[in-house]
Amino acid sequence: MTSTTLDTAAERRKLVRAGLSRRHVGEKMFRFFGVVAIVLALGFVAILFADVLRKGIPAFTQSNIHLSVTFDPEALNVDPAPVREPGQSDAAFNAANLAWQRQVAMLNWNTVIEAALRNAAPQGFDIDSRQILSIVETDARHRVREVFVRDPSLLGQTVEVDLLASANADNWVKGNINRDLSDTQQQLSAPARALIDTFEENGTIRQGFAWSLLSNVDSRSAPASAGLLGALMGSLWMMLIVVVLAVPIGVGSAIYLEEFAPKSRLTDLIEVNINNLAAVPSIVFGLLGAAVFINWFRLPLSAPLAGGLVLTLMTLPTIIIATRAALKGVSPALRQAALGMGASRTQMVFHHVLPVTFPSILTATIIGVAQALGETAPLLLIGMNAFVAAVPGTPVEQATALPVQIYLWQGNENRNFFEARTSAAILVLLGFMITLNAIAIFLRSRLEKRA
Amino acid sequence: MKTAIYASAAVVALAAFGTTGAFAQSRDTIQIAGSSTVLPFASIVAEEFGATFPEFNTPVVGSGGTGGGFRQFCEGVGENTIDIANASRPMRDSEREACAANGVSDIREIQFGFDGIVFASSANGPDFALTPVQVFKAIAAKVPVDGELVDNPYTTWDQVDSSLPNQPIALAIPGSNHGTREVFQERVVTPGAEAAELPEGLSDEEIEAVETTFRQDVVVEIAGDYTETLARLTSDPNTVGVFGLSFYDQNRDTLKVATVDGVTPSLETVAAGEYPVSRPLFFYVKGEHIGVIPGLAEFTEYFLSEGMSGMGGTLESAGLIPQPAETTAEVLAAFQGQ
Repeated sequence: MTSTTLDTAAERRKLVRAGLSRRHVGEKMFRFFGVVAIVLALGFVAILFADVLRKGIPAFTQSNIHLSVTFDPEALNVDPAPVREPGQSDAAFNAANLAWQRQVAMLNWNTVIEAALRNAAPQGFDIDSRQILSIVETDARHRVREVFVRDPSLLGQTVEVDLLASANADNWVKGNINRDLSDTQQQLSAPARALIDTFEENGTIRQGFAWSLLSNVDSRSAPASAGLLGALMGSLWMMLIVVVLAVPIGVGSAIYLEEFAPKSRLTDLIEVNINNLAAVPSIVFGLLGAAVFINWFRLPLSAPLAGGLVLTLMTLPTIIIATRAALKGVSPALRQAALGMGASRTQMVFHHVLPVTFPSILTATIIGVAQALGETAPLLLIGMNAFVAAVPGTPVEQATALPVQIYLWQGNENRNFFEARTSAAILVLLGFMITLNAIAIFLRSRLEKRA
Repeated sequence: MKTAIYASAAVVALAAFGTTGAFAQSRDTIQIAGSSTVLPFASIVAEEFGATFPEFNTPVVGSGGTGGGFRQFCEGVGENTIDIANASRPMRDSEREACAANGVSDIREIQFGFDGIVFASSANGPDFALTPVQVFKAIAAKVPVDGELVDNPYTTWDQVDSSLPNQPIALAIPGSNHGTREVFQERVVTPGAEAAELPEGLSDEEIEAVETTFRQDVVVEIAGDYTETLARLTSDPNTVGVFGLSFYDQNRDTLKVATVDGVTPSLETVAAGEYPVSRPLFFYVKGEHIGVIPGLAEFTEYFLSEGMSGMGGTLESAGLIPQPAETTAEVLAAFQGQ
């Protein structure tokens, strides 16, 4: 009897031993595939980041031309700036001032800039007006004019100004365009290229941080001055609208559905629909937004308000689902304790259950907002892919958003210059997102400690 | 906790009031949409307009192609419809009817210059000297061979014509949402088909079918803008792409332009009418909005000014081919006289 049990035990041990190596192999295989999957995923992310960084980082520096500009009274034949007379009304003074500014704007500021450039060039450098002006960005005349409008007493004097080099000059300096190509394939003429090299040697052209990227609005007439400020503000307005609308509505409906709504066919149907909504492609929300907000509610085209509302619709399901999951995860003991102490259901939910779920709700909100921040497709349908050269002061003014600006720059004709700018814009967008996430993680860890 | 709820309720209420308040506010920024060929020019004028006229806002310029622009333009009269539609072809009668049906009847056409359409290939590839008939033979689904229509037998350019390089045929043309496509059809394919001597006795419908049916295997229709065409050229260097002259001009380091009928496209040859594939550019102003949206008339006049669209003006350096000053004067007079 005993021998048979021993036998079976020995046999079983043998069986186990035989299978052991197979199980070990299985385990090793699984671990190996896991590592491969992670390496692959990280590898692709690394390639993507390396590519964007490689292309984008050079765009954060930009060529500046340091010039001594003389406000020559002969070239600038303009009336003296209006001075406020005693007893003159605001309107009359403003009108006089506008008329004077218009007069100043009509002056040929290029002659002033050309004179300054020729002054900086070596004596007797042979180059015509058009070629020499191609070195400096076309917005230089506005910059110089602004200096003059701010201080009209500068007439006849010389000031030191830093101006942006043109996009083509910047390409030449940075080697974005092949220097060995023949004249016909170059954007700049041979004398202009030679002058740029001279300027670089004598320090007239210097590389500086591209503040224009962050402090300017988009520009087509002066590509080198194109910046992200307008898009950044547009995105901020939209995110504000998303947070203000989606969080209270989303959390409120989640609480109602989870805690108060009776379990019935109807609530089941609602639940299924919310889950489906979360999977609806964003372009569909764009179509809906164009039909409802633009055509029916008559909201202005290209406005962050309409964009924010569309993105709110998109973010709502994410927040509702995450909040419901968080509420479900709260221990029944907590609820029963509160009810047992005589709390009403509302008190139970708002005083005891909800505070515990704050960290999860915050995470859901941030995920939703980050998703909305990167969304492009629905915005194209409500006219936010327009060229806007102004900073939106209110959510009803026309604006673009960061991802749309990336899309627009990607399509710009000046490929040599905007390829780098586009990558730089991607970096700014990523930076914006990482900041948002960092704030969320910081808040969450604080809330978790408190809870 | 309660305060948080009250605070968010207050914010929601505020947002709602802000929204209704915004409805009452009237729009004071000109809104433009349409052709992506005209977009760079319109954007430049918009920026300069904003910089020169301190009392007006900088107009907003959207894209969407000529057809898309007209659709938005004809949606009706009112603040949330656009004021100006950019177009790289004249407005069709059907589009005018759609406009009229929605109450847009005072449509003012502004022609402001020309644009050339060029064939360009990779800068490292061989030179192309094309004629319309060669392009037609390369891309049409059916071509005449020995007086009979047969399925297109050509696979390389030198089979079409021995003067062309031995390179596989691949052509990227603008999609039908682009005004450029229409010009390509009218100025290249149709004359090419006529010159190819189609067999006699074909009905008009049959001729049209021959002229508009392209081979799907070698012709790629690009719905996006020229950068997409350029990307196509980069991935397949054998592709010949159809571009606007101004786009080619800014990417001369990567592109090589083909001559058409022996003429090299340039500002001069297009302006002189020697280069065959060119077209006028337009924008359409909604007359009902003049005087309602501030600066609309001033913007139009500024666009047509010597310093912008004239010879040596800002737009010329951006690639626009200026029209004769007399034409501009006529267009301006017609705009103001209406």
